[in-house]
Amino acid sequence: MTALWWGIIVMIVCCFALKYAGLSVPEHVLDHPVTVRAANLIPAALLGALIAVQVFGDGSSLTIDARVLALGVAAVLLMLRVPFLPMVFIAALVAALVRQL
Amino acid sequence: MTSDRSVIVDSLGVGLATGAYGVSFGALSTSSSGLTVLQTCVMSLFVFTGATQFAFIGTVASGGNPVAGALTATLLGSRNLFYGLSIAQKLRLSGPARLASAHLVIDESTATSVTRDTTRQARLGFFWTGLSIFVLWNITTLLGAIAGENIGDPKTYGLDAAVGAAFLGLLWPRLATWQGRLVALVGAAVALGAIPLTSPGIPIIIGGAVAVLLGMLWQPRERT
Repeated sequence: MTALWWGIIVMIVCCFALKYAGLSVPEHVLDHPVTVRAANLIPAALLGALIAVQVFGDGSSLTIDARVLALGVAAVLLMLRVPFLPMVFIAALVAALVRQL
Repeated sequence: MTSDRSVIVDSLGVGLATGAYGVSFGALSTSSSGLTVLQTCVMSLFVFTGATQFAFIGTVASGGNPVAGALTATLLGSRNLFYGLSIAQKLRLSGPARLASAHLVIDESTATSVTRDTTRQARLGFFWTGLSIFVLWNITTLLGAIAGENIGDPKTYGLDAAVGAAFLGLLWPRLATWQGRLVALVGAAVALGAIPLTSPGIPIIIGGAVAVLLGMLWQPRERT
């Protein structure tokens, strides 16, 4: 059993438990302003951190390369309301083309 | 009064648009993160919550420990808990039905059911959206995963850059408010600072935790 499989199993169990618990527990148990507020903040916080690591990280050092340009292109496309898939595709294409230069 | 038909049409539209993302998940999973086709498909079948799956393969691609990555990714899926809470009274499902339906509690099925006025239409929205995404997401994941395994070095196609773009796409709706922007920015900045100081995977956890904490402390003044 590799670490990857363990990670996947952890996600399967935890994610289902979260979904099922949401449908099952009485509303007042979790309906506290603090928990609701934290849950609202988690996606933005984690996605911000994920983007930073994904775009600037290179092992344990920071680099600037074609990925930064692709992220900028993605931001512009999102501002123009381009849908998800074409946006991701064009961003990847830009990075690929820049690397050919 | 919204007709049942229009609820179903809306749901299928959302299902088609969302289900197609599976291609990018599958391709990135096998090419950038080095997961097998089987691992990739098992995730889409049994984890079935997109942002979490993307977060996991993102952490793995950056060299992080998969189990720590899985826990971080699960945290991203914790919003499903609150989705369940908000649609439970709408759907009014009994024990066994609840167990069978829980897997479909995701962003889109919540969005298409929580706004409905009747239990009947809430269920229509929930199941048509959830099931159409489930079917498509898994088919497109498989196609993407096979393609990703056969294309060689993902960097040639800019696929490593596609992960960042995909995350930005997921983050985008959250940037509509100042609080969302600030929290995302703090998360990013702290994670960047932590990259040279910690082992891979940890910066994401630290950045996310600090940003949530600051967001909790920072109370925007109520407009009166």
